[in-house]
Amino acid sequence: MRFAETGFNLEVDLTRGNIERVESDPSWTEQHLGGLGTNARIMYERVTPDIKAFDPENLLIFGTGLLCGTPAPGANRTILTTISPQTDLLAYSMMGGFFAPELKYAGYDKIIFRGKSPKLVYLWIHNDKVELRDAEHLRGKGSMETAEAIKKELNEPKAHVAAIGLAGENRVYFASIEQGRSSASRLGIGGVMGDKGLKAVVVRGSRDINVAKPQEMFERCQRVLNYIQFREENPVKGVHAIAECLGSPQEMRIIDEEWHTTSFVWGNARTRRKDFWTPEIEEKWAGTQEKARKRLISCYNCPMKCGAIISMDGQANYMMKCFTKLTYTMAAFSDLDFGFRIAQKATEYGIDGYSGPQVMAFALELKEAGILEDHWFEGMPDDNEGKFYWLLDRIVRREGIGDILADGTHWAAEKIGKGAMAYAHNNIKKHEQVPLKLGMLNPVYFLMYATGEKNCITQIEGQFPQSPFDDLELRKEFVKDWHQVPDEKFKDYLMGWNTRGENSNPYYPTVEMSCDIVDWQERMHYIDDAMGVCAGLSSFPLKPPYHMHSYPGIISAASGVELDEDKLTTIARRNRTLVRAFNNRRGMTRADDAPPENHWKKRFPELEKELLEAYYKFRGFNENGIPTKETLVNFGLDFVAEDLIERGILKETAEAVAAE
Amino acid sequence: MKTKTVKNIRVVVDKCNGCRACETICSAFHAQPRYSSNNPDRSRIRIIHEPLKNIYIPVYAGEYTPAECSGRNKYTIDGKDYDECAFCRAACPSRGLFKEPDSGLPLSCDMCQNDPTLEKPMCVQWCLAEALVYETREIPVADDEVTKDELEVGVAALVNNFGMEKLLDIVNRMSRKG
Repeated sequence: MRFAETGFNLEVDLTRGNIERVESDPSWTEQHLGGLGTNARIMYERVTPDIKAFDPENLLIFGTGLLCGTPAPGANRTILTTISPQTDLLAYSMMGGFFAPELKYAGYDKIIFRGKSPKLVYLWIHNDKVELRDAEHLRGKGSMETAEAIKKELNEPKAHVAAIGLAGENRVYFASIEQGRSSASRLGIGGVMGDKGLKAVVVRGSRDINVAKPQEMFERCQRVLNYIQFREENPVKGVHAIAECLGSPQEMRIIDEEWHTTSFVWGNARTRRKDFWTPEIEEKWAGTQEKARKRLISCYNCPMKCGAIISMDGQANYMMKCFTKLTYTMAAFSDLDFGFRIAQKATEYGIDGYSGPQVMAFALELKEAGILEDHWFEGMPDDNEGKFYWLLDRIVRREGIGDILADGTHWAAEKIGKGAMAYAHNNIKKHEQVPLKLGMLNPVYFLMYATGEKNCITQIEGQFPQSPFDDLELRKEFVKDWHQVPDEKFKDYLMGWNTRGENSNPYYPTVEMSCDIVDWQERMHYIDDAMGVCAGLSSFPLKPPYHMHSYPGIISAASGVELDEDKLTTIARRNRTLVRAFNNRRGMTRADDAPPENHWKKRFPELEKELLEAYYKFRGFNENGIPTKETLVNFGLDFVAEDLIERGILKETAEAVAAE
Repeated sequence: MKTKTVKNIRVVVDKCNGCRACETICSAFHAQPRYSSNNPDRSRIRIIHEPLKNIYIPVYAGEYTPAECSGRNKYTIDGKDYDECAFCRAACPSRGLFKEPDSGLPLSCDMCQNDPTLEKPMCVQWCLAEALVYETREIPVADDEVTKDELEVGVAALVNNFGMEKLLDIVNRMSRKG
């Protein structure tokens, strides 16, 4: 009997319309746990570097985390994995909501799609009954329209639907997969789904998920809930409003956006508006938000209310969460009313709320600079908001300039030429980043931005405060009940971190400390991604209920896999190394490990070099950022070592490297 | 008026955030052995939800009924249309709710019957949104003692309908049977 997982995957060949239920290898659970870990393993074994995003051989995996479907609070994430059309590297965006637990209850841990359907289809899973159904009548429909239409035609109001909109159908490089209140947005996964001719995946399940140690599992879950309640009543002091509590930043609840609007940059990630937030703005935005927000809502089995039902006059209702609230507003130098309105359309079309607005602001900058001539913009309205709506429509339909922009800023700039690349300035590995430009280099963030395989800082950071506490008393109070630290030394790191003078950025935290801190933060994210636990209850906020000490017990109780902190750390690092190796095999090297040049005003090339090299060493990577044979073998990834050596990416021995 | 004390769950619809933690823990609590498995379809509480219409109604399972209601209504509250069944607690032939997914046998909320008694049912404990409130209420009970005056009205009606003679015959016969 398998615990926590079902032990079965669905293999769907879209080219032939063949569907198989395949038992998974339990030893992979021991090695990688589940979610991203096992997704990455499948990708490594089956998607060779010659396979590109839009090749039929590319896989699109809907994977559930190991804890999804158990009573573990917040374990509801679906981990989607494929090749990104934008970066040509591993894409593994995730979504919360209700899909993953429902898939587990239907009896499957993953759905693995391959091939391309000759006609637009959707997959309908109802326990043992799994079928591909015609979706031609849904072509061009919005993601939410599609979900509602499918639930109606199947007469299954309780089914959960992950669907693409027009952007996915048209293979936009930053198209998302939308699912109720959640979406898998980053790295163009929706474009791959559209390329495969797959409009939606629909699931309804009514089976049991078993846990290995029932009473213990319950008690551990209860402790998680109790701590969530404690944290609700005890917000972290001395940090800005959105970092005080658990969950993803509580953008739907909180009106006060002083921190985002004055610290983040507007337009094409350019302009900081330090004086933007005024009492008048606050009053106006409060009016907009309170009127629009109908209810705060949650994902499956999670008490946090990170999402909301948004209702704008004259538009269909939709669900929103987190930072998309501001990305359109800030890219267009507009206000919250506009942000809520355009996000409704963007959700139906299904595009990433980070990349989308930035691509549009990028286009307008190129027009202003005369790099894109006016004829590209014929018919575009004059007002700022109108321009964004117009560009959104062109992009998702790939019409005119939209066809170029739909590939994201990097590839658009390459196509446009004439110096356009300087305007695609906020990318890492060709992928648009959060619009943030700062003064002094932060060594920990340098490493996370440079090396984070997820290509999205919010899915790499967490646990350790972003900046030092000015006040010594606040530091003392913060570390007092900071039991989440995997090692007491992290308390010392924080206690010694000053805002200026000695022991401040960029030389403190020191190189060694920075590696430790990054390792801790990455480790938590890699565990979450294998577990399907939302980062909002674990790796993202300060002082979460899931941490290095609470995790092993809960995973063991659920799955029966015997774990302690060391074993769990090894698995997290194994998964991290496997993802790295997968990308190395596709040509990623040290040269790609670079934050946007202008992310910080003050840069320190010598220090950055030292940081990068120390991090590689810490991780067991060679100087080129590739895991060494020894590292791979230590993690039991011998087959990866052999493969990389055979391909000439890795040298057999240190001597061979030296000889070169 | 007479009252009796009952314990029940008050549902504060406005506070429900649709997380379905109540369904999760209910099904785990009632699993055999306890907490060994989890399946919301076995839960004795379900959230009827239509997110885009902002409809979230936690309903916990009441009694089994062998027949469905004739004629259903719609309720419109605050401009939102609700099906009558949205508020109904019955395990009924007209819907799949509150039936064991394997056997189809009806499920009914037992307030997490346990020895020792739980402080609150599990769904209430796991609802941090406080949409489910466990409370003790006094409810009125119909007075079951019938006074002679009331009885006399009924007997007079029978006499009126059937005549005194027939009525006495019947009373006589019944009293002899004991």
